[in-house]
Amino acid sequence: MTAETLIPVPTGQRAEREERRRSRRGYRGTGPKQSPVSRAVAMTVMVVFTLYTLIPLWWLVVASSKSRGQLLTTNGLWFADFNLFKNIGDMLAYGDGIFGRWMLNSILYAGVGGFLATLLAGMCGYALAKYRFRGRETLFNVVLGGVLVPATALALPLFLLFSKVQLTDTIWAVLLPSIVSPFGVYLSRIFAAASVPDELMEAARLDGSGELRTFFTIAVRLMTPALVTVFLFQFVAIWNNFFLPLIMLRSTELFPVTFGLYTWNTQINQVPELRTFVLSGAFLSIIPLVVTFLLLQRYWRNGLGSGSLK
Amino acid sequence: MTATSATARAEAPARPPRRRIRTPHKRAIIALVAPFLVLFALFYALPVAYAVWESLLVVQRDGTFGPATEVFGGLQQYALVFQDQAFWGSVGRVLLFGVVQVPVMLGLALVFALLLDSPLVKGKRFFRLAYFVPYAVPGVIAAIMWGFLFSPNLSPFAALTKAVPFLGADLVLWSIANVVTWVYVGYNMLIIYSALLAVPQEIYEAARLDGAGQFRMAWSIKIPIVRPAILMTAVFSIIGTLQLLAEPQVFASFSSAVTSTYTPNMTIYATSSLPNYNLAAAFSVVLALATFILSFTFLKVTQRKGQDA
Repeated sequence: MTAETLIPVPTGQRAEREERRRSRRGYRGTGPKQSPVSRAVAMTVMVVFTLYTLIPLWWLVVASSKSRGQLLTTNGLWFADFNLFKNIGDMLAYGDGIFGRWMLNSILYAGVGGFLATLLAGMCGYALAKYRFRGRETLFNVVLGGVLVPATALALPLFLLFSKVQLTDTIWAVLLPSIVSPFGVYLSRIFAAASVPDELMEAARLDGSGELRTFFTIAVRLMTPALVTVFLFQFVAIWNNFFLPLIMLRSTELFPVTFGLYTWNTQINQVPELRTFVLSGAFLSIIPLVVTFLLLQRYWRNGLGSGSLK
Repeated sequence: MTATSATARAEAPARPPRRRIRTPHKRAIIALVAPFLVLFALFYALPVAYAVWESLLVVQRDGTFGPATEVFGGLQQYALVFQDQAFWGSVGRVLLFGVVQVPVMLGLALVFALLLDSPLVKGKRFFRLAYFVPYAVPGVIAAIMWGFLFSPNLSPFAALTKAVPFLGADLVLWSIANVVTWVYVGYNMLIIYSALLAVPQEIYEAARLDGAGQFRMAWSIKIPIVRPAILMTAVFSIIGTLQLLAEPQVFASFSSAVTSTYTPNMTIYATSSLPNYNLAAAFSVVLALATFILSFTFLKVTQRKGQDA
C-alpha cells in the first residue's frame, strides 16, 4: 500500500495517446491476422454487455417521460405520450419545491465539501512529497490507515459526537466530515512527487517567493490534473453518501437529493403520484454527474490508473 | 561515514539523536499540513476512539423508570455482540454475497479489459464509456431503478419478472448483487485497462515472434502484469461488500424479504435507532475490525502466493 507498490501506469495524457496508438495499428500490423470468428465472438460479448449497462438508463429516460397510467400499460422500453417536461414540472412543484432544495443541498455538500477537501488534501500531500521532516512517514502511514477505514464505519460515532455538541440535523453534520479525504492526500502526494521538480521550488526560493506562495502559484498549477481527480472522486463520494445523511438528518429541507429520493421511494405505496416523481427525479439528479464525468474524462481516467483505489 | 550516519538514522527512535537537525521551512510545513491534520483528528481519529469508548459503556437505570446513566461496563457490549444472532446472520449474508459477487464482477471486468486491449474489438472509446456510465449513477438511484426493473408489475420485462421472483427471499440477495455489479464493473474494468495500457509494446512483440496467440498472451503476460491492479480492486470490493447499506436499504421498500438487519450496517443503523448507542458502537468496532482483518489477510495470502509463483 505504499507508493512503491503502485502499479506503473501512463500519466498525463499518455494513457489516451497510448490507447489511440494501439487501436490504430499497434497490434495488427506485425502479427498474424485475427480470425474472423474470434473477432465476431469478442464483438458479440461486448455488444451484449453494452445492452446490460445501457438498457436500465434507457428505461429510466423512457419511464420518466410517461404519465402514471401509461407507465403501467405501455411498453416499458419505448415512448408513449411524451410527458417528460410535465412530469419534471409537477415533480419540481411537489412539496413546495422540495426537490429543487435537495438538488441545491447536494451541490452545496458535494461542491463545497469537495473543493475544501481537495485544497486540504493537496496542501498536505504536497508537504509530504516535497519536504523532509520528522514524523513524515508516520503521518503518511496514518493517512493510509485512514484510506482503509470505511466511511460507513465512521457514520455512527460521528453521529454520537455531533449529538454531544448538538450539531446533528444541521448542514455542518454532513459538510464537515466530508472535508477530510485521506485518499486525496495519498493521490496528491504521488502526483506532487512526480510533477513538481525540486529545481523549480529552489528557483522560486531564489526569486524570493515564500514557500506557501510557491505552492499556491506554481505547484497548484502543476498538480492541477491530480487535484481535479481528487475533487471529482470526493464530489462523487459526497454526492453518493447515504449513511451520513440517514443517521444525521431529520429535517427534509436539509436532505441531499439521493437521500430525498430514497424517502420518496419509501412512500410510494401511500402516495401513488410519487412513483413518477421518483423516476423523473432520479433521471434529473444523475444528469449533472454523468455530464461531469464525460466532460472530465481525461482527468479521472489518469487518476483511476495511478491510485487504483475506489 | 555514510554507514554510521545510516545506522544512526535507523536507530533514531530508540535513543535521542545527538544533534537535532533543524527542519528547514518548518512554519510552511506546519501551515500546509495542519489544516488537514486537525480535521483528520476531529472527524476520523476522534470518532474511531469515541466509538471504542462508547462500546465499553453500559446503560444503568435506577428502577424501571429511573434516569438512565452510562457507566463503564468493560466488554459487556461485546459479549452481547457475540450472542447477537441477527448481527452474525447479516455478516454471514454479506460474506456469501462477497464470495460470489466480487469474483464474478472482477472476472467480468478483467475479461472486458483484456478484450478492450486486444485487436479483436473495434470502437474501444464507445465501449469504455458505455461500460463506465453506470458508475456515475449513485447507489441509491441505481437500486431504485433496478427495484422497478425487477418488480413483477412495473418492469418492462414483466413476463420474466412475473415468472422469476427476483425480489423474493431466495433471490433478492442476488438481485442486490446485480445492482452492485452493474454500477462497478466498468469502473473496475477501467482500472485494469489503465494498467494494461502501461505495459510496453515490446513485450508483446517478443511474444508474437515466439508464436504466442492473443489468448496465450493474455494468460501468460497480461494477467500476471495486471495482478496488482486486480488485487487492489479486490480489496476495495471486499471492503465495499462488508459496508453494504444503500442498495439493500432501498430494496427494503420493494421486497419484504429485506429486513432491518439484512446487512451489518443496516443492523448498526437499526440498533442505533432503538436507541441503543453502546451496542451499535460495539457493532461498528467489530465490523471495522473484521473489515481490516479480512482485507489484510487477503493481501497477505495473495502476496505470498505471488512470491511462490
